[in-house]
Amino acid sequence: MENPDINITIIDRDRVKHQIEAPTDMAMNLMEVVRSYELAPEGTIGICGGMAMCASCQCYVLSETELPEMQDDEEAMLSEAFNVKDNSRLGCQIQMTPEMEGLEIELAPES
Amino acid sequence: MITTDILIIGAGPTGLFTVFEAGLLKLKCHLIDALPQPGGQCTELYPKKPIYDIPAYPEILAGDLTDKLMEQCKQFEPGFTLGERAETIEKQDDGSFIVITNKGTKHQAPIVAIAGGLGSFEPRKPLIHNITDFEDKGVEYIIKEPELYRDKKVVIAGGGDSALDWSIFLSDIAESVTLIHRRNEFRGHLDSVEKVQELKNKGKINLITPAEITAINGNGKVESVEVTKKDEEPIIVETDHFIPLFGLSPKLGPIANWGLEIEKNAIKVDNALDYQTNIPGIFAIGDVNTYPGKLKLILCGFHEATLMCQAAYKILNPGKRYVLKYTTVSGVNGFDGTRKEAPKAVVKAID
Repeated sequence: MENPDINITIIDRDRVKHQIEAPTDMAMNLMEVVRSYELAPEGTIGICGGMAMCASCQCYVLSETELPEMQDDEEAMLSEAFNVKDNSRLGCQIQMTPEMEGLEIELAPES
Repeated sequence: MITTDILIIGAGPTGLFTVFEAGLLKLKCHLIDALPQPGGQCTELYPKKPIYDIPAYPEILAGDLTDKLMEQCKQFEPGFTLGERAETIEKQDDGSFIVITNKGTKHQAPIVAIAGGLGSFEPRKPLIHNITDFEDKGVEYIIKEPELYRDKKVVIAGGGDSALDWSIFLSDIAESVTLIHRRNEFRGHLDSVEKVQELKNKGKINLITPAEITAINGNGKVESVEVTKKDEEPIIVETDHFIPLFGLSPKLGPIANWGLEIEKNAIKVDNALDYQTNIPGIFAIGDVNTYPGKLKLILCGFHEATLMCQAAYKILNPGKRYVLKYTTVSGVNGFDGTRKEAPKAVVKAID
């Protein structure tokens, strides 16, 4: 069977780069991947549990990877969040798929 | 001074169920919560969202779960201190604790149960360098007293329900209301959005979108704000008040300084026994605690609350004999004089 993991790069809030393997067969989103590797302290990421309601999993997409289109609730949340840039996304709204091999993101500051 | 048997910090699902379990053991509870209503995250963040993993409820809305928990614990007459944040705790010579809120309300109890979830909800402050200098000098993150704004110039920032609703409400009271949002789209209830549109057309709300507040000016109090639209020169809007309404985010807050052992933003407890913290008499239950294998689930909070109440009973009634009773067998005797019990079996002879 093919390996369902993909290689992605995550830059944490201390600017440390982590190259990690993210499973694509566990219905995990990017926020959950970050949590599973404990790349941000518990309680500072995914506070609302992944409902696009707190922006604690905001990240900046650094690679050209094609990502699912932004839905209304993500867009609305980002319009109220801080430190938002043009490449901001909410990690909880990005389900990991094999097409995301090579994805590189940076976690936005805690706010 | 408010006195009780178990002082619960946090009125979320775990805190509310604690009232019921404590009540079965004839222990009285009082709850403190920074939010103005009980329910914690369930009512503050997602009252209309369904939860699917509450035992026996295939689906229940978070807001409805709160209502049910309130109904379930009602006969044990819990006291509430709402809209206040537990600030300090001090152990007394008799072993009890005094907890004082940010508004100075004093509570005393021999047992403290921290059911604080992710912490207390604090307003999210926009990143404007001098904003803290103007707090309570024209900058307010929460509207407590609308009369404060009568005949004043007000600038509101935000794109959610509270920004829309307060803009509508204050348009009748204030001299002028300016609503600023980073996008043209708002994410409030449709009728609120329509109402703001209507008030904008009538000239009662000055709407500036897509724009951001980039600076606050004033000498000792807010006199104007700098508003920047994308790719445009900033403009100055004169105002007496600037009200940023960007929602609330939970912070562990003062509890972090209570001398409790903290790990991963949560309070370490003894999960082998009773969810007691490193300070005897202080327990931590629900999402706020951590132990090996911890899962932040409401149903786990219920379990932790139940075991914690047994331990509290033993502390309050040392040496007293006790056996677990089933509600189906013993019924539920409320502190308000009510009694719930299973109907007696009817025995009827056949002629």
